[in-house]
Amino acid sequence: MGEFDQLYREVILDHYKNPRGHGAIENADAHAEGQNPLCGDEVSIYVSFGDDGDTIDDVKFEGRGCAISQAATSMLTEMVKGRKATEIAELPKEELLEEIGIPLTPVRLKCAILGLGVLKVALHRAKGTPLPEEWSSLASELEFDADD
Amino acid sequence: MPAVTTTAHARTAGTIEVVAVTAKAKLDAQKIRADFPFLEERFNGKQFAYLDSAVTSQKPRQMLDAMRAFYEHSYGNVHRGVYQLSERATAAFEGAREKVRGFVNAPSHREIVFTRQATEAINLVAYAWGLNNLGPGDLVVVTELEHHSNFVPWQYIAKRTGAGFRMVPLNDNGELELDALDPFAHEGNVKVVATNLVSNALGTINPVDRIAQWAHEHGAIMVCDAAQAAPHIPLDVQALGCDFLAFSAHKMCGPSGVGVLWGKAEILEAMEPFNLGGHMIRKVRFEETTWGELPHKFEAGTSPIAEAVGLAAAIDYLNAIGLDAIAAHEHELTAYALEQLSELGGVTLYGPPPERRAGIISFNVGDIHPHDVAQVLDMDGVAIRAGHHCCQPLMAKLGVAATNRASFYLYSIPEEVDRLVEGVKRAKQLFA
Repeated sequence: MGEFDQLYREVILDHYKNPRGHGAIENADAHAEGQNPLCGDEVSIYVSFGDDGDTIDDVKFEGRGCAISQAATSMLTEMVKGRKATEIAELPKEELLEEIGIPLTPVRLKCAILGLGVLKVALHRAKGTPLPEEWSSLASELEFDADD
Repeated sequence: MPAVTTTAHARTAGTIEVVAVTAKAKLDAQKIRADFPFLEERFNGKQFAYLDSAVTSQKPRQMLDAMRAFYEHSYGNVHRGVYQLSERATAAFEGAREKVRGFVNAPSHREIVFTRQATEAINLVAYAWGLNNLGPGDLVVVTELEHHSNFVPWQYIAKRTGAGFRMVPLNDNGELELDALDPFAHEGNVKVVATNLVSNALGTINPVDRIAQWAHEHGAIMVCDAAQAAPHIPLDVQALGCDFLAFSAHKMCGPSGVGVLWGKAEILEAMEPFNLGGHMIRKVRFEETTWGELPHKFEAGTSPIAEAVGLAAAIDYLNAIGLDAIAAHEHELTAYALEQLSELGGVTLYGPPPERRAGIISFNVGDIHPHDVAQVLDMDGVAIRAGHHCCQPLMAKLGVAATNRASFYLYSIPEEVDRLVEGVKRAKQLFA
């Protein structure tokens, strides 16, 4: 089926079944958890910075939920590693969505950007990077838990 | 699929009548499907397999035509004008009330209040009765099986009034543990017991008559959420023995925007109003306003008039087919679907055995998230619900974030169950 291939295309299934950057980082420099109460997707993200205190040296995630939310977070970890926290704080969600590359309904869009939202909240807490408007409204919708 | 004789009939009818009743109860789903315009839609060349009637039902042409005819020929506001159109509208609206009275076998049409939906009906009772009758030392008892609409209003009003809040637990079959009721009576004055007649999440049919009896023995009122029962099983408020009963038109072939609260007249009369404004008054003075008679006291503002007419047409439609026949048809499909799904392996089924449930099946497929299962099914035009079904306390009990739910109605057919099963197979392959 054509649409099948589109939505659950091989790369999505691959990231879902073999998530990259899966796990936790002990003594992470930045950490946040988030969940989508609508469907129970959960994501925790851990970040450690390089010596400059800005470059994302390592990023890992733990979570459970639908294939879209988990695969998207896995892809996100590959996408942001080695880039600057200040840059990722401004990363438009379209960049991740392009990478995911499948048509998403509004409901599934929330699944897809859960990880990115959690990452931005983690960076915001650790580095004070700004949370753009759309993420602050998302923050209330996605119930980001306090780190401490 | 196997022919099934419903045990309910076997139990109530004598041995000789069983055959006759069963034969009469058979409905012709293919013929019924011609009444539902949504089935003319095509998705990838196929009809939709709409297996989410528990959330809202599709609409028959007869109901749609009745609403259109009302708007075209008899529309005006009700209880207002001296002119013809208003009188026609009033007659249609009050005729709908009488139709609903008969549908639930209420003693009087004065006990039928039109609301926006079951949720508003329950809120009406929780606020208008609860705020004046609950306080510290009192208890409100709900069940672990409640839809949020019969849970959250009671939790909130209990908190506001200082009353305690308790929950009847479920057993592993997804049925209420009624033994848990008695201890509540030692913990406070039980003032309200609220439960659904049919669970929207598991399909469990609850023994409301026994619960109502217990409630009355302990001086409590019994509030029955019949939103999931009204489309499927005959309602009789006098046999159920409850004090209030709520349901929505949109789940039973009627339009959205109208629901019903039935309440015992003596309790409704003693209650304060809920919404205030036009129509619900007797006399308005600067110093004081007095309330109108039942049921108008609870119907402030312009009512969902055409929607009530639509509900009456839906009741006619369901009655012509027969709720017994509808229940028997759904029972067959449910038994068939349960059998097919359990044969797949790796599918967790929740809820009671088919003979004690309505046409609702909650399930999980291995550890595949329900949204993924539902999405794969949607690719083939099969619509099921995936989520917590507005039953988060129940999901917590089951230890899951969400389930898949397939639900059947009078227009559902075995071929749609087959498409469901095929889709579940495909999801298993895809995410293996």
